[in-house]
Amino acid sequence: MAKSIDISDVNIYYGDFLAVEGVNMTIRAGAVTAFIGPSGCGKSTFLRSLNRMHEVIPGARVEGKIVVDGQDLYEPGVDPVAVRRQVGMVFQRPNPFPTMSIYDNVLAGLRLNAGKMKKSAADEIVEKSLRGANLWNEVKDRLNKPGMGLSGGQQQRLCIARAIAVEPQVLLMDEPCSALDPISTSAIEDLIHELKNEFTIVIVTHNMQQAARVSDDTGFFNLKATGEPGHLVEFNPTKKMFANPDDPATEAYISGRFG
Amino acid sequence: MTTLEEVQTRVHVPLVQPRLPRQAPGIVGVIAIAFGGLLLVLGTGLVGSVIIGAIAFLVVLPVWSLVIEGRRGATDRLMTGLIWTSFGIAVVPLVSLIWRVISKGAGRIDGTFLSYSFFKTQIDQPVGVYHAIIGTLLITLGAAIISVPVGVMAAIYLVEYGKGNKLAKAITFLVDVMTGIPSIVAGLFAFALFTLIFGPAYVSGIGGSVALSLLMIPIVVRATEEMLMLVPDDLREAAYALGTPKWKTIVRIVLPTALGGILTGVTLAISRVIGETAPLLLIAGATDRTNMNLFDGAMTTLPVLIYGQNLRGDAPAEAIAWGAAFILIVIVMVLNLAARIIGKIFAPKKG
Repeated sequence: MAKSIDISDVNIYYGDFLAVEGVNMTIRAGAVTAFIGPSGCGKSTFLRSLNRMHEVIPGARVEGKIVVDGQDLYEPGVDPVAVRRQVGMVFQRPNPFPTMSIYDNVLAGLRLNAGKMKKSAADEIVEKSLRGANLWNEVKDRLNKPGMGLSGGQQQRLCIARAIAVEPQVLLMDEPCSALDPISTSAIEDLIHELKNEFTIVIVTHNMQQAARVSDDTGFFNLKATGEPGHLVEFNPTKKMFANPDDPATEAYISGRFG
Repeated sequence: MTTLEEVQTRVHVPLVQPRLPRQAPGIVGVIAIAFGGLLLVLGTGLVGSVIIGAIAFLVVLPVWSLVIEGRRGATDRLMTGLIWTSFGIAVVPLVSLIWRVISKGAGRIDGTFLSYSFFKTQIDQPVGVYHAIIGTLLITLGAAIISVPVGVMAAIYLVEYGKGNKLAKAITFLVDVMTGIPSIVAGLFAFALFTLIFGPAYVSGIGGSVALSLLMIPIVVRATEEMLMLVPDDLREAAYALGTPKWKTIVRIVLPTALGGILTGVTLAISRVIGETAPLLLIAGATDRTNMNLFDGAMTTLPVLIYGQNLRGDAPAEAIAWGAAFILIVIVMVLNLAARIIGKIFAPKKG
């Protein structure tokens, strides 16, 4: 299922404001790619442009090419809804649907898009997705309880289960652990390791150790200067990035000496 | 040692300060009431006595507090007193109105009052307000059927599609203006509309529904808009990220999340228009018979009936008016209770 993503000369705008400039990279299939960088440098903006969530904000647009599986996501005529079915996303704050039970939350993507399905097939998908998200054992006895009743970490894993239930090719994660405690964070990091066999994973994180722990490749974003657009400073295998980065700015950021 | 003691006495701030006894407001209250009662006995009017009593309370308690507790305590007592007084002023008319309607109207309610109309087929047949109850329910239902879809969809446009564009701003402004149109103007509009289409002297229940829906739509739009804006964008994005089209996100995620509040808003709108008289006098007319057909002939509603009976002014007619008012209040209360229960059932659950 996993697919690679080729990005060339991507500029991202909010109205007239250029937020991210000139990004080129190749995200490998079946690997975990992490984006790090200071706040406001455009990591999340860039991540959201990978499944056309960026344009949900009025006036936002993207220039350049983002090619998944041989198809440019931004070619005219491409349906953003179809893109998002291939490229799933997990958000910073857990956001299960409040009107739905745990069971319905997992099936939400399928039910909303494909309509009715057989009960047995639905049960199977729910169990598979919840097992995939390491949540099955905790919730199997209360699948019909509201998803909002779970703890924050469980809710986030429920959101991951919901995202992988539609079997996307790529899974984007926007700081998935920033609202969670260390134990929940470690549960989700373990999960990311397991998921990368099936999905291409792209994760934005503020936590350098997390990037070092979970990712195979790392991209460092930074602002050229205050008020200037963000850009990709360096993109390398994580090992090299943390041991011997090419760019002195990367080394300064990773070692905590910003600037 | 002496220096240390000096320092300690200097920085010592007492945390216990003199306070009025706990019963102080009660004591002053009793004195104020007794004072008011004395004035009443001496010949001051009831309203005057109450006002002077309240002022006495508002003066005595803060002054007593100023002497013992100091300025801050006195201000606190004064403000607390003012707030309670305002609360009383707001509640007294409400309670007195409900009490009056119940005491005068409840006695008139019986089986025949609810099941007979004014139209007599026999000379000794009892009269009732059945025709007006049916008229009220049908016309209001018609108004709700027209205005709920229009209002909810307009609000969906404003929040989900038109966010901040010029058209949406213009619509919001017009909706605000519409909230303030006098009901008689809505009645005239419906009257003119139906006269243009069906010719002069046209009278029907649906005309009343149209007039009432004009009054309802802005309230429904406003309430729905507020509720939709409360739905976090996170949920919309979560649905989009699953590859859900926008319309389906709205129908399956946003509306169910906001449903409880929307229902409350709709009920408030219904309660607001169910008591309208003027527009219905113009377009729905009045009749003594029970008319089940919204699209043909005059229909009486409870407010119109109350108005008519009040105009006649004799004792039996007045009793009927009070009874009808009582039924109208009961209908509104039942609607509100139903909305609360439905809102509770559909509210997002936890745990």
